[in-house]
Amino acid sequence: MNINATLILQSIAMMIFVWFCMKFIWPPLLKAMDERREKIADGLAASDRAEKELEEAKSRADEQIKVARDKAGEIVEQANQRHGQILEQAKDDATAERKRQVSAAEAEISQSANQAREELRNAVAALAVAGAAKILEKEVDEQTHRELLDKLIAEL
Amino acid sequence: MASGSSELTSSGYIQHHLQNLTCGFGDEGFVCGGADVAAQLGFWSFHLDTVAWALVLGVVFGWLFRKVAKAANSGVPTRFQALIEMIVEFVDESVRDSFHGTSKLIAPLALTLFVWIFFMNFMDLIPVDWLPWLTERAGVPYQKVVPTTDVNATLGMSITVFVLIIIYSLRFKGVGGFIGELVMNPLNPKELGMPKIFWPFVMAFNFLLEVVALLAKPISLGLRLFGNLYAGELIFILIALVFTAGSGVFAAGLSSVFGDHIPWYFWTVAVAIVFATLWANMKGKLSTKMTLWFLLAEMLVVGGAAFLGGQLMHFGWAAFHIIVILLQAFIFMMLTIVYLSMASEHH
Repeated sequence: MNINATLILQSIAMMIFVWFCMKFIWPPLLKAMDERREKIADGLAASDRAEKELEEAKSRADEQIKVARDKAGEIVEQANQRHGQILEQAKDDATAERKRQVSAAEAEISQSANQAREELRNAVAALAVAGAAKILEKEVDEQTHRELLDKLIAEL
Repeated sequence: MASGSSELTSSGYIQHHLQNLTCGFGDEGFVCGGADVAAQLGFWSFHLDTVAWALVLGVVFGWLFRKVAKAANSGVPTRFQALIEMIVEFVDESVRDSFHGTSKLIAPLALTLFVWIFFMNFMDLIPVDWLPWLTERAGVPYQKVVPTTDVNATLGMSITVFVLIIIYSLRFKGVGGFIGELVMNPLNPKELGMPKIFWPFVMAFNFLLEVVALLAKPISLGLRLFGNLYAGELIFILIALVFTAGSGVFAAGLSSVFGDHIPWYFWTVAVAIVFATLWANMKGKLSTKMTLWFLLAEMLVVGGAAFLGGQLMHFGWAAFHIIVILLQAFIFMMLTIVYLSMASEHH
């Protein structure tokens, strides 16, 4: 147990190891650890933030769904109204069309009736003339009695 | 069995185990040996075993930590990396708690001291005869494998710390402040209101006290570590002596089989069988229950009370010693931090 130069060698060895640790071990390890700590802190903050955002998004989505539902209800309402309107209008249109067609048919009917009446009248006039001629046994000048005949036709 | 010499006495065995391999440059060139070389060369010799093991363990420390430091990133750490980082974190916290100045040196210094001293202390847990026996086969007469049981190693470290204390004192307090602290404490003549004529005497008295206090730091630091480890080593040696050297009560039965001294191959075979059993269990070829039965049978065969008694004592002391080696490494680190923190702060 004698004191000797081991003392100095041990001291030198210690200085070398401390220098090595100070230069090559401590800084990278501490850096990595600090970085990881920061990363974890960031991650935790991010997760908090994400949770909050999720909550917000949820409430926003709920709100939007509510709005959409309202809107849909409105649209349905409108559609219903429109449906009624369209139905009403179609009904009106149909009625008007029917009326129009009925009146057109009536007009046609009256026209053809008039025509038939005219024809009948002419035929009756001719018949009357022919009858009268036969009665009078003398030729009636058509030209001369045209006015009379027309009056007669008009009275038919 | 540690000594190849023909006669083996208890004191011879102990002395042999406590002798460093001393080397140096003598008159006839480089020589290595025991006490004779130490006596011949005096201070200018060195303990090759201490230096070599200290260097090896320091390199192991550097290699392990450098490996992790190189691979370290902010991602998910591996288990080993987590272990290393735990140690670093622990040291960093200790430094932060005790040292309030700013220094780039002190945390790496503390880490190096803590791990290196722990590694050197850990050599104590390797059974005392294994490595010396191996080196003796290789032709090295003496081998002390625990560097911290060499007072030169512990004082070498504590003196380095002492130099750092001086440097820190000068750096943080300046030359005047440092000297002032030495001569104006604990009796401050100015505050005591003494006449100027008494000042030099009081200052000289203070200086004496303070220098003793200052020098006590490295000496106590080094001797504490050395004393604890030396005592622990000695107890291991004594336990080994009791159950291997054939002089103890427990080994009496074995001695009657093998004569006065139990030959080394007996222990080699015994240890090999025990390790083979454990290995078979580890590989899953042997159930744990069977392993225990085997081990018990082996122990009984190997020498009953001798082996069991010796192993139990060895195991018990080793289990206790784990606390000692860890605690001493921690104390050395902590005191280094505290001393340097004191050196860098005004009182």
